[in-house]
Amino acid sequence: MKPGTFPPLDLHHGRVDLSHGAGGRAMGQLIGQVFHRALDNAWLRRGNDQAALDIDGARLVMTTDGYVISPLFFPGGDIGSLAVHGTINDIAMAGAEPRYLSASFILEEGFPLADLERIARSMGDAARAAHTVVVTGDTKVVERGKADGVFICTTGIGVVPAGIEVSVERVSPGDRILLSGSLGDHGIAVMSRRHDLQFEAQITSDSAPLHELVRAMTAVGGADLHAMRDPTRGGLAATLNEIAVQAGVGMHIREAQIAVKPAVAAACELLGLDPLYVANEGKLVAFVAPSAAAAVLAAMQAHPLGRDAAIIGEVVADSRRFVQMTTEFGGERMVDWLAGEQLPRIC
Amino acid sequence: MRHATEYRDGGLARRLAARISAEATGQSATYRFMEFCGGHTHAISRYGLEDLLPSSVRLIHGPGCPVCVLPVARIDSAIRLAERPGLTLCTYGDLMRVPGSRGISLLRAKAAGADVRMIYSALDAIALARAEPHRQVVLFAIGFETTTPPTARVVRLAAQMGLENFTVFCNHVLTPAAIQNILESPDLREFGRVRLDGFIGPAHVSTVIGSEPYAFFAEEFAKPVVIAGFEPLDVLQAVLMLVRQVNEGRHQVENQYGRAVRLEGNEVAKRDVAEVFELRKSFEWRGLGQVPYSALRLKERYGEFDAERRFALRDVVGRDVPGCQCGAVLRGVKTPLDCRLFGTVCTPETPMGSCMVSPEGACSAYWTYKRFRTGPIRESAA
Amino acid sequence: MCLAVPGKIIEICSHDPLLPAARVDFGGVVKQISLAYTPQAQPGDYVLAHVGFALTVIDEREAARTLEALREVAANLGGAADAEPALLR
Repeated sequence: MKPGTFPPLDLHHGRVDLSHGAGGRAMGQLIGQVFHRALDNAWLRRGNDQAALDIDGARLVMTTDGYVISPLFFPGGDIGSLAVHGTINDIAMAGAEPRYLSASFILEEGFPLADLERIARSMGDAARAAHTVVVTGDTKVVERGKADGVFICTTGIGVVPAGIEVSVERVSPGDRILLSGSLGDHGIAVMSRRHDLQFEAQITSDSAPLHELVRAMTAVGGADLHAMRDPTRGGLAATLNEIAVQAGVGMHIREAQIAVKPAVAAACELLGLDPLYVANEGKLVAFVAPSAAAAVLAAMQAHPLGRDAAIIGEVVADSRRFVQMTTEFGGERMVDWLAGEQLPRIC
Repeated sequence: MRHATEYRDGGLARRLAARISAEATGQSATYRFMEFCGGHTHAISRYGLEDLLPSSVRLIHGPGCPVCVLPVARIDSAIRLAERPGLTLCTYGDLMRVPGSRGISLLRAKAAGADVRMIYSALDAIALARAEPHRQVVLFAIGFETTTPPTARVVRLAAQMGLENFTVFCNHVLTPAAIQNILESPDLREFGRVRLDGFIGPAHVSTVIGSEPYAFFAEEFAKPVVIAGFEPLDVLQAVLMLVRQVNEGRHQVENQYGRAVRLEGNEVAKRDVAEVFELRKSFEWRGLGQVPYSALRLKERYGEFDAERRFALRDVVGRDVPGCQCGAVLRGVKTPLDCRLFGTVCTPETPMGSCMVSPEGACSAYWTYKRFRTGPIRESAA
Repeated sequence: MCLAVPGKIIEICSHDPLLPAARVDFGGVVKQISLAYTPQAQPGDYVLAHVGFALTVIDEREAARTLEALREVAANLGGAADAEPALLR
């Protein structure tokens, strides 16, 4: 990810804070100025969530993820199923078929074995349901207080079928922007279990593996499917802004086309959150050449995970790389990066 | 959502705006109305209401955001409190990112080890104090009259429970005092720098204080006040009512938000506040300087719950970042675009002042909703 | 300073004089809210909640009047003096 334009990190005296993990500009800056600088290579420079590797003619995709969610168990899933789905999705966003996963566990001293067993079973179920295998793993234990129960780090490997070339560089003015379903389900479902916020809601996380939906889309779209990404941390807003910056384009979307479940909208109102910035774990946004957009949309809507899919906007030429939105009111507003962690507000 | 969605009808909004256009022709140039409520600033921006209104009607953002008017020195004190070992500072989310004098915010202080906890309600703070009797728990209380009664209630609860580890760092401020300050300011009275034709009165402050207190301003300064709900149709209806008052030469208090605001406000809430708090003779507001009788502190009999007393807090003079125009912006004298820090050094990620941090702040609203329409953009492309 | 959200009281869960409380439904999300400042509120009433406290019970008649006034104004575009309910307080 390329960094934004603001003062460089203070590498001598600065510290990591929560905004660096929130999926917004601050995180981009951290990655750019610390990791990219130290590790610099062609794959990192491309800025995708996964790396496309050419190994003796086979086109592979590799991704890695860390899962630090709290609480560990939430309506619709847990850290285990989330880890499997999330890794599969990063592979799928490259148009690749997920094959093999690895899982590394960092366990906190004192963590109940019953919960660990539950998480492990959940991972196994999720992997089998998605026809993938966890082929290798690792286990470490750290002292009480150092790991929030359990952290899971994963790696995934997938294979890219011939004729599929999905990468952010292919996004171009004119591309239609397709969103697979409603926003905010996962973030709100997790928040509803947070001890400090204390609200009840019939909202379940949308955590799901998207590779079969993607397969249906690539079958119809082929090379016209230019790029895909799943809007996780930082929400749709972060994802669209990332891609705008990486591809050097602007975007224009329409609020009226963006689905938000009523209970999710209500929770966002209550907490003072904007659904555009809330995490999703079973949704994707796709950039499709105009000629193929209708067909890809139909293929999405025919799949259970894409029933609420819609074309929400298009890519435009814009050197400023702005993401702009027509509100339901007919007004115009910017959809900017998240400034740090989105915090519930009172005023 | 009932009692919300009905007031967000885009079609009705456009027709209301057309009505306003048809009637806002009376005066020579423009109708300038100041809104005085962070919720209004946000609603106007979020729904793009200024796009709908004719150019003859201008909405000016006033000092209605309690985060924005909190002086830097108070943030500094809060951060110093949070850095004390054995002390937990409870704060509303809005305050987490406001920068203090040292350039750090509560969020950064938390990263460096200070015990800062975000709360949704004052009740959460007192629950925390009961759950952790070995820690000193301080509620960083801010807000206009809407948020003050909850603080009063938890102080009364603390007194009843005999809690020894709970205090309040009180920064509650008063709306009428701020309105008066604006109306009496040299900018308005002498220099004619700011011309105001009326006020959009705050929504939820008014549910507590009622519509009564505004009568003074309407009469004394001959400016109409229309209390408005903060859904977009509420704001538009209030603008229409203000335009009509101006056209008809009236300066009265009208209540557009009748479903929530009554003449006398909320008596129970007002009694709680009167029981626990008293007026400070003076209080510094960012951008307005010292404003007399504009803020509250705990009464003597609740003195043991006053964090300033327990921790012997003394305000150090806070420093604003040189070039920061938050003060002028808060007074409605300048727009964010007039500040040379806006969009260059001061962005939502690197806020220099509170107007950019708070989602209700004028600068934050401009950044999110208006930046792209101002022609050459300050922010260079990545 | 205003983020207040309307919700419907489902049930009263505490009658404590200093800490009366109710479960309130905000369009599908339920949260416990203090009724300290709306002690007279009953299940079925709509309240406006801010930082965990109900500040006022929403007056249904006034709400209906406001909506009607809005629709009338919008409908009488270009018409003569609009019938406007007295909103003076």
